[in-house]
Amino acid sequence: MKQVFLTVNKNFALTDNVYKMVLTGDTSGITNCGQFVNIKLDGLFLRRPISVCDCQNNELTLVYKVVGRGTEQMSRIKEGQCLDLLVGLGNGYDCSLSGNNPLLIGGGVGVPPLYMLCKKLIDEGKTPTVILGFNTANEVFYKQEFEKLGAKVIVCTVDGSCGVRGLVTDGMANLEYSYFYTCGPEPMLKAIYRTAKTSGQFSFEERMGCGFGACMGCSCKTITGYKRICKEGPVLCKEEILWEK
Amino acid sequence: MGKMKVNLCGIELDNPVIPASGTFGFGYEFAELYDINVLGTFSFKGTTKEARFGNPTPRIAECEGGMINAVGLQNPGVDRVISEELPKLKKCFNKKVMANVSGFSVDEYVHTCALLDKCEQVGWLEVNISCPNVHGGGMSFGTSPEAAAEVVRAVKAVTVKPVIVKLSPNVTDIVAIAKACENAGADGISLINTMLGMRIDLRTKKPVIANKMGGFSGKAIFPVALRMVYQVAHAVNLPVVGMGGVSCAEDVIEMMLAGAVAVEVGAQNLIDPYACKKIIEDLPRVMKKYGIENLNDIIGGVL
Repeated sequence: MKQVFLTVNKNFALTDNVYKMVLTGDTSGITNCGQFVNIKLDGLFLRRPISVCDCQNNELTLVYKVVGRGTEQMSRIKEGQCLDLLVGLGNGYDCSLSGNNPLLIGGGVGVPPLYMLCKKLIDEGKTPTVILGFNTANEVFYKQEFEKLGAKVIVCTVDGSCGVRGLVTDGMANLEYSYFYTCGPEPMLKAIYRTAKTSGQFSFEERMGCGFGACMGCSCKTITGYKRICKEGPVLCKEEILWEK
Repeated sequence: MGKMKVNLCGIELDNPVIPASGTFGFGYEFAELYDINVLGTFSFKGTTKEARFGNPTPRIAECEGGMINAVGLQNPGVDRVISEELPKLKKCFNKKVMANVSGFSVDEYVHTCALLDKCEQVGWLEVNISCPNVHGGGMSFGTSPEAAAEVVRAVKAVTVKPVIVKLSPNVTDIVAIAKACENAGADGISLINTMLGMRIDLRTKKPVIANKMGGFSGKAIFPVALRMVYQVAHAVNLPVVGMGGVSCAEDVIEMMLAGAVAVEVGAQNLIDPYACKKIIEDLPRVMKKYGIENLNDIIGGVL
């Protein structure tokens, strides 16, 4: 973990409620894809944890959905503003287990952390397939970005207005893959857990206090003991997950 | 530079700043960021006889000027605290640590305190009496002078280290509880623990916290905490450790003027991991600004 002050370079809408923010400054504290940052926002007590979408050459990209006061405030931040962030939080994805043709499955605002992972896997010579799940066509984002990396991209929409009609599990049905990585809403993660043909890694979300392991606010039970989503997570392996709720 | 050393129950602290239990783990997350030996001491994560997972999640809620937590005393249990956490802590902290203890019966407090009393690294036992008493209808030990005194007497009988009783603010007369603890043999009082609070999510129309209610802490509670520290410090003849919403060096001075000999910092550590280090570094400037040569001169200065 590292505390850094980064400057907002861009902050704009990708869809009705999903925004992209690009920040510049010292990003050396971010050591893996799938990690998150915790952002201090004026007038709010707790920091807001947001997953890292991309990070290179001292440029950090965050893609976030406006869901509450914190993210709503983030969406109004102007270029040039400086933000206080704790970076390099959480474990991130373990790429070493991917095999040659891993499957990346993102649902809604679970899509962003898969971008840096996809980039890393391609750099390592792997050929990932990416499934992006949304409710409807006008919610779709980052399809072209993944395609530009050279990944095969399958978009699924619940209403069939773009790509495959149905859930990400419908998109997965006839695919062959060596391993999987996923992030998205918990019902989606559970469905993937039940239907996936291989082992894989899941990135979880939880309300956090500190984001760096001090408060025990985001603990969960796993087969290998109690874990903090912010510290030993947010990525857990399929074999250790205990579904409680 | 003004003098910052204070004496807490016979042990000298380099400065009065103490990270509060539950906001500092067992120290090493923070030791990655700075040398935690700059602290007066710190109060480690509330420890119980058995290991506890605590409450279901969500355990955290945002509030204006603070937060609610309902962690529920997650901890590895006293045996593992002694066999695993204290040896790890020894590598990054060479001062005496404050051992924060919770229990759900008098016997549990006695068991845990007796074991921690034998640990050379432990300087003080901070006994959290805000937990529900499973043998007393679930009512917190800290809400009744008799129950609080019973815990203190039992713990004092098995320990030689100073016992500091951490009081709950969720009572009608905190002075009565403090006096009961003093009469039962407590060596010090620390206050306040979190204030019982609640938030409701308007979208789901359900409580934000899975446990419905939790402890409210953060800047917003500072005036209430300061008032209670003032009342208790003037009513008992024991050293008082003040806490509740402390977020800067000025707050530390205020707490000391109200009667605290040392000051714990809680929720601020969670939003700024460098909070205590910054407060310690800023104290000399604030002391100078207000003409304070020695912190001991101002303790209880407001009558």
